[in-house]
Amino acid sequence: MLERPRPLSPFLHYRWQYTNTLSIAHRVTGIILSLGFLLLVYWVIAIAGGPAAYARAEILFARPLVEGLLALALVAFAYHFCNGIRHLVWDAGFGLERREARRSAWLVVLATILLSVIVGSIVLFGRGGVS
Amino acid sequence: MSLNGAVGRGSDKGSAKHGVDHWWAQRATAVALVLLSVWFVVSLLSIPTINFAAVTAWMSRGWNTVPLVALILVAAQHSYLGLRVVVEDYVHDPGRRIALLLLLRFAHTLIAAAAVIAVFEVAFGGVA
Repeated sequence: MLERPRPLSPFLHYRWQYTNTLSIAHRVTGIILSLGFLLLVYWVIAIAGGPAAYARAEILFARPLVEGLLALALVAFAYHFCNGIRHLVWDAGFGLERREARRSAWLVVLATILLSVIVGSIVLFGRGGVS
Repeated sequence: MSLNGAVGRGSDKGSAKHGVDHWWAQRATAVALVLLSVWFVVSLLSIPTINFAAVTAWMSRGWNTVPLVALILVAAQHSYLGLRVVVEDYVHDPGRRIALLLLLRFAHTLIAAAAVIAVFEVAFGGVA
């Protein structure tokens, strides 16, 4: 008998709905944050490089493309942070009922927007300019 | 023949045939990152400007140096664990898979080491 090929993870035969949308978004934002981590490392290394290196970093961080990436990283962070807490709460055994999971999904979306707007506006307007 | 029974052999293994250490490390670093990332954002937002002098002074204070190094190490590990799952899920060719997993490991180790050394230089090297 021919053996059926084993299902591979992720085995995408699900209906597209909020659950797997949020789940894949957790992955995508995680990947974005791994890239954003490189910017943080670059920033730290630029500080160690002295005033000239830091000045170069400031110019780079002020470029529209990089500013866009930083904004994207902020939203990704806000989402991954909130949804990550949701996952930790699930791991602790709470909020797994369908109604609760749906409510926490909306809570995550709302909290992501709020957190992004609050941190973003402090960075932009709170003390004048990014980096 | 092994003297272990089937239950004994499988007791700490999931269906993925490796232990719970990956699962546990991912959660442990996640909990640490909740605290460390809140500290990082609040701490950086609370210094008046982030020009060179202000940032070096911020980084040199011990109560900032320690959590910053912790943040770098824990974030690198969390990133490694997460990207590893992505590679394991989507890259099925054994050669490419192993190459990518090795690359992830090396890259995360090197990047974290470079960042930590940079923080130490600022904190102890008198860069400012």
